[in-house]
Amino acid sequence: MELLKPAFGLTFWMVLGFLIVLFLLTKFAWKPILNALNERDKSIEDALNAAIKAKDEMANLKSDNEKLLAEARQERDKILKEARVTKDNIINEARDKATAEADRLLTLAREGIHNEKMAAITDLKNQVALLSVEIAEKIMKQQLADDGKQKALVADLLKDVKMN
Amino acid sequence: MKNLNIRILISAILFWLVPFISMAQESHDSLSVATTESVESAEFDAGRMIMDHISDAHGWHLWGESEIPLPIIVYSPERGLSVFSSGHFHHGHSTYNGYMLKEQKIVAVDEMDETDAHHATINESLTANLYDFSITKNVFALFVSIILMIWIFTSVAKSYKTRPNQAPKGLQSLIEPLIVFVRDDVAKSAIGPKYQKYMPYLLTAFFFIWINNMLGLIPLIPGGANLTGNIAITMSLAVMTLIITVFSANKNYWLHIFAMPGVPMWVLFLLTPIEILGLFLRPFVLMIRLFANMAAGHIIALSFISLIFIFGEMSAGAGMGVGVISLAFMVFMTFLELLVAFLQAYVFTLLSAIYIGAAVEEHHHDAEHHDAKVEEALII
Repeated sequence: MELLKPAFGLTFWMVLGFLIVLFLLTKFAWKPILNALNERDKSIEDALNAAIKAKDEMANLKSDNEKLLAEARQERDKILKEARVTKDNIINEARDKATAEADRLLTLAREGIHNEKMAAITDLKNQVALLSVEIAEKIMKQQLADDGKQKALVADLLKDVKMN
Repeated sequence: MKNLNIRILISAILFWLVPFISMAQESHDSLSVATTESVESAEFDAGRMIMDHISDAHGWHLWGESEIPLPIIVYSPERGLSVFSSGHFHHGHSTYNGYMLKEQKIVAVDEMDETDAHHATINESLTANLYDFSITKNVFALFVSIILMIWIFTSVAKSYKTRPNQAPKGLQSLIEPLIVFVRDDVAKSAIGPKYQKYMPYLLTAFFFIWINNMLGLIPLIPGGANLTGNIAITMSLAVMTLIITVFSANKNYWLHIFAMPGVPMWVLFLLTPIEILGLFLRPFVLMIRLFANMAAGHIIALSFISLIFIFGEMSAGAGMGVGVISLAFMVFMTFLELLVAFLQAYVFTLLSAIYIGAAVEEHHHDAEHHDAKVEEALII
């Protein structure tokens, strides 16, 4: 059957033509296209990876931020607490100091008052003594102005002496 | 698993197509039987018309007696190279330059001047030594497809250069999925990690077959040539697959052919010849499958056309009536052939890739090997 016999000329041109097409297309089409496809696949993959990485980084950043925020909040609380403690301490100290000062002053005042009082009492005593002596002197002077009375006194005194 | 399913599906479709092909051949045979009786009475000869259309020719027949002459390039060791137009043959009615056309084949004649071909004496010894490099209808169609392919794919390649790392556009978006398909579903899945080396051949073969199958469906010049339904074309392609398989085969592959491991000696006497036969049978089947499918497609379409003329000779009304039905069937067949055009390109490429894959495969698990064999048997 003629249909099943490969013709020489057609086979020749087919092999020649196909090899030329294979060569030209390999050089000018398949390699550039396949390389471009690979490159594009790679760039898409890279972009996807970058997106995933960015997402992770964002999450990290967010958690970092939250951590920072929490830390800041903690720090603030700590500082506030410390301030409160310091304030209390200062107040207490001041109060103690003031109390002590007041006490000291009171003591001093009390001592001063006591001293003054004692001085005044001594003074008063001296004055009283002086006054008494003076009074006694005056009284003596008055009472000893006449002889009768002098004698009576002497007698009185002597009486006392005798009794002793 | 997914690939296996696709392969099973495709083999199922191939089996489904078998009745159509055999039907076409039957109709062709019956037509030639019917028409041989009426050869004398210059009636419409469907068998002859169909055979003329699906075989190669030295001119491109347009209509009636009009034909585009094609260059005749013939070399004879005695007479040297002769180049002239096929128009000088006057449709085989006259000799030229010592040659004449006999049933679309160039034969040498003794008469060197232009004479009536019917009275020329054929020089048998010269004819036996002729080398016919003529640009026939199929060679012309081959050149057209080559130019078309180079134009399509260099322009697609250019768009990758001008628009790097961007989504495909225009022709690029038609071609790219096919290239990716051949890369991922044919080469990568059938050959494995070494697929890259074979990509240029697989892509060229796939697009050559597909584009020529499609061109064959177009009834106008430069389409309509039955290029992929010509045994010379499919033989060349199959031999290229065989050569690539043989030259890229590793030790493991040859070992499995000549001395299948784990098989007793006496079985080897039976198995080794079968394996060696299988080595050549695979490309042979590749050749026959593509040839038969594409030739059958043309035969079916032409048969439906012939039916119109056969019935038209009986009566104009019958011709009209059958014409409507024939046309509907032809439209259906053309759609089917569009599928077949792609399918045959895919099957040829896939099987080539599987054969290459078997040749380059490293030592594998026995169960896997068994699976691959079963799959292959199924697809053949």
